[in-house]
Parts: sequence; C-alpha cells; structure tokens
Amino acid sequence: MSGQRKPKIGTRFGMLAYHALMLAISAVFLLPFYWMTISAFKTNAEIFSDPVTWLPDPIRWENIASLLTRDDFPFVQQFVNSVFYAGSVAILVCLSCSLAAYSFGCLRWRGRNLVFALTVCALLMPTIVTFLPVYLAWSKLGLTGTYWPLITPFLFGDAFFIFMLRQFFMGVPRELLDAARLDGASEFRIWWQIVMPQVRTPLIIVGLFATVYTWNEFFLPLIYLQDRESFPLSVGLFTFQSQRAVEWSVSMMGAFLTALPMVALFLFTQRLFQRGLSSTGLK
Amino acid sequence: MPGKSPSVGAAPPPRRNRKARRGEARAGLLFALPWIVGMTLFVAIPLVLTFYIAQTKFQIVGAPKWVGLQNYEALWTDPAFWKSAQNTLLFAVISVPLKLVIALGLALLLNRATALSGFYRTVFYLPFLMPAVAGSVVFMLLLTPNAGPVNIALEAMGLNPPDWLLDPKAALWTLILLSLWPLGVETLVFLGGLQNIPKDVSEAADLDSPKRWHKLVWVTLPLITPMVLFNLVIGIIYSFQVFTQAIVIGGTTGTPAEATLMYMVVLYRAAFRYFNMGLAAAMATVLFVVVLILTLLIFQTARSWVHYEGGER
Repeated sequence: MSGQRKPKIGTRFGMLAYHALMLAISAVFLLPFYWMTISAFKTNAEIFSDPVTWLPDPIRWENIASLLTRDDFPFVQQFVNSVFYAGSVAILVCLSCSLAAYSFGCLRWRGRNLVFALTVCALLMPTIVTFLPVYLAWSKLGLTGTYWPLITPFLFGDAFFIFMLRQFFMGVPRELLDAARLDGASEFRIWWQIVMPQVRTPLIIVGLFATVYTWNEFFLPLIYLQDRESFPLSVGLFTFQSQRAVEWSVSMMGAFLTALPMVALFLFTQRLFQRGLSSTGLK
Repeated sequence: MPGKSPSVGAAPPPRRNRKARRGEARAGLLFALPWIVGMTLFVAIPLVLTFYIAQTKFQIVGAPKWVGLQNYEALWTDPAFWKSAQNTLLFAVISVPLKLVIALGLALLLNRATALSGFYRTVFYLPFLMPAVAGSVVFMLLLTPNAGPVNIALEAMGLNPPDWLLDPKAALWTLILLSLWPLGVETLVFLGGLQNIPKDVSEAADLDSPKRWHKLVWVTLPLITPMVLFNLVIGIIYSFQVFTQAIVIGGTTGTPAEATLMYMVVLYRAAFRYFNMGLAAAMATVLFVVVLILTLLIFQTARSWVHYEGGER
C-alpha cells in the first residue's frame, strides 16, 4: 500500500463529509444483504408489512427447520453437491493450472508466446460459442445428468486461472531454477519442490476464486443436471423460486444460506482475495 | 561430468547451457501439454464444430443434415432474435460504461488511508460474492410493486415509483440498474491501478496545478488506462452473455412482454427447449463474430488511448 495517498482533506469537516458519503454508499450496497437476511427470519405476511419493519420480531428461527425439511427443495443434499462441485474444481484448478502457469511463467520454449496468446483468446471466448458441441459429446457418452461434464474439463486447466497464476509464477526468481538445474534436479522436481512452495499463497488465492466461481456457477449445471437431488444450490434455488414464487420466506432463507458460506469464506480470507485482484495482471 | 575437454575452459559452459536450454524447452512443452490438449478438446475443435452445426438441421437425435445458410435465414426473420439482440445490445452499451464510471468513482474515493478503508473495500466487494440467482431473487422481492420496501419507502416520500421489473417499459432499465450492484471487481482493479501510481508522479502533479481535476484528467486517468481497457473488454464480453439475471427475472420468455429477453436466453431456449441445435449454433456463431469484431475494434483503438508505462507490450 505504499502508493496510497494521505488524507488530502485536512479539515475535520471534510473528513466527516467524506465518511458520511462513504457510509451512505455502503448502506446502498448492503441493503440487499440486509433485506435478504431479515426476510429469511420473517413470515410471508411480515415480509410485506406496511410500514416496513427493519427487524424481524419475533425472529422466526423455525424458518431454518422448515427449509431443511421440504422435499421440493432438498437443501442439505444440494448443499453437499455444491461443496463437492466447488471443492473438486478448486483442487483440480490448483493442480492443472499451476502446470501450465509454470510453463508460461518460468520456462523458455519455442512456441510459448503463441500458446499463451491462444490462451488469452480462449479466455475471451464466450462460453456458448464452444459449448454446444461439447454438450453433444457428453450427451453421446451418456454422461449428462452427472458431474463429469462439469468437473472433468478442469483436469486440463482453465484459461482464466492460468492467466492469473502466470503472473505469480513470473515472480519466482530465475536464479532459483538455474541453481536447482545445476544441482541436477529434474524439471518435475523443480516444479514440485522448489517452485510450488514459492507460490503457495497465490495457489490458495486461485483456489478461493475457483471455489466462489464454481459455487455461483449457474448455466452449466442448469443444462447438464436434470433432477433436484443432483442440483447444486444455485440451480436448486432457481428451480424452487420459479415454481413456488410466492413463498418468499423460504426463498430468502435459501438465498441467505446459499450466500452465507461464500461471504464467510471471503471475510476470513479477504486479504488474500484483494491481493489476488490487484494482481489479476494488467500488463 | 561428461565434458570432454575441461582444459579448453570456455567450451563446456555454453555446451551445458545449450543442453540445459534444450531440457528446459522440452519441459516447457511438457508442462503446457495438458492445457494444450484441453484447449484443443474444449475450445478449438468445438469452435469449428459450432460453425459446422450452424449449417445443419440437427435435433440432437439422428444425424445432422446439411442445410447451408438456412439457419441464418431463419434467424434473419425471427422477431425473438432481433428483440433479444436489441435488448442485449442496449443492456451492454448502457451498463458497461456506467459501471466503469461508477467503479472508477468509488476507487478514487477509496484511494486514501482512513480507519474505515478496509470496511468500505469489503462492502463494495461483497455483492460480487452473492450468487447471481440469490441476488436476483432478493431484488425481485425488494422491488415488488406496491408491497416491496423500496416502493413503500418511495411512496412514503411522495414519489410515484415505477413497477420496476413488472413494467414492460421499465424492466430492461431495472435490469441495467441491478447489474451495477456487483462492481467490486472493477473497483478493486481500478484501485490497484491507482495505488500503483508512483508517489513522485502524484506529488509532482500536485505541485504543478492546484486544481484537483487537472491532475485527474491529465495524470491519473492516463496512468490507469490499462485497467480501463481490461475492465472494458471483460465487461463487454460478459454483458453480451448476460443470462442468469435475465432468466431468473424474466424466465425463458423475457417477461414482461419480452422486455428482459436476452440473447443467451433465446439461444438457450432454441437449444434446450426446442432442441434446435442448428439454429442455436447459428446464434452462437453470430455472437462469436460480433464479440470478435468488437474486441478487435477496442484493441485497435486502444493503441491511441491506452498508456503503458515504459512502453510495455
């Protein structure tokens, strides 16, 4: 944070005005979260009360139980699915993308720039442009309705996370690699024992991003999965909402419990998150 | 040591170097190989196949039948195609620049060290973590006509608020408004750029001109143009693919009155409701061409307005 400016507005009044403005903007940004949270603990009638009530009174804790026991919204099962989906993608991304990122960031080889340029093209390619044939192939293999089409591609890597990780790999000092090479270490050993420990923090950052992206992914599971029991939470919530639009308190409890794990994950690791962003690599 | 003649002195190191370099080159390719295979399997081949399927009649079952440009002709006369293209274009053209301006404003506001800086940063970032489905459902509740809190509050202030997502005239604008909520990523990318501006440059600008907006226009903005480019390209590409918010709020028909019907929703409908893969692939191809042209155009003009420090790239 060395480049950060000192507060320019020296006067106390200026400082006060600044914080008043920032707090007002913050309130606008937080309102949907707040409304979701209080609505999750209200009855339907209380949600739409006029005048607006800003705190649930009484707090309807029973809403949690009534969400968890519904059979048209198997929340627990879908929660487990989401954990499985996001967790496996995050682990695969860390492994597969670090291979390619090491190659792009630390090794010199002919064709590297071309392959990396193609990676950037793949990154900018709209998903749908390549999606239909891939879907048809999985459907031919009879694997739609399972998580195979959702997870397997990450065995090979992902353009965005390779791009992100490469920036960090580029920061590994070259002398370290050369020294290891002189000692006769194999390239695989250099990657695993010397470079990987150097980028441990970036790997955690990429893992966190992959977790959030996958937890919130909607399009792919919507298309590949067919029955309620196999949905992740994003699709489960959508299906419930589109069929039972009037049961707002259940929808809100569902939304609240879907968002909560990611918000909690972020709050515990936000330093890492923000470091990941500021180095998304713009050069 | 396999070196044959250590007495020559200068000879062995280059030789070992060359060998090492060859080893490094082989390793480089080997480490990139899984990804090269992945790109071929999941990007290159499907891309070509999409172009091919777009010229066939293909209903998933049975073999694709070659029909030439018929799918494109069908699109040309399909009102849903034009309506969704128009909605999506309007959405992208308004929401992306607006989002960039607001994100930049927030980043400028955030760019000072106060006791609450961390808190503000967290607050602006949080909406990005909200699953798009959950966020959209919450906004549907907040903006419910008559009974929702936003309208109750606005009516209490004596205003006459619109029906937001239920009014065919307002629905698309509401969707644009909602798309401005998750702008934490853009803001933090800008903030990163602002904080990378060297202190001496910033201070020199302060001395040169006492007017703050001079510094903003002539020093700060040029120095963060790479971030503007990054956010612009990513923003345009993503907003052309807007899907989740649109289908949660408008379903597959873009209620009310197709006001929220987006390009990806029509494509989804064609492929997975009507199983018309040929038509869907034609739509995907059109999207590809449009995004390609736009991206090239942006990168082309970027040469004249993006400033890279030290002439990088």
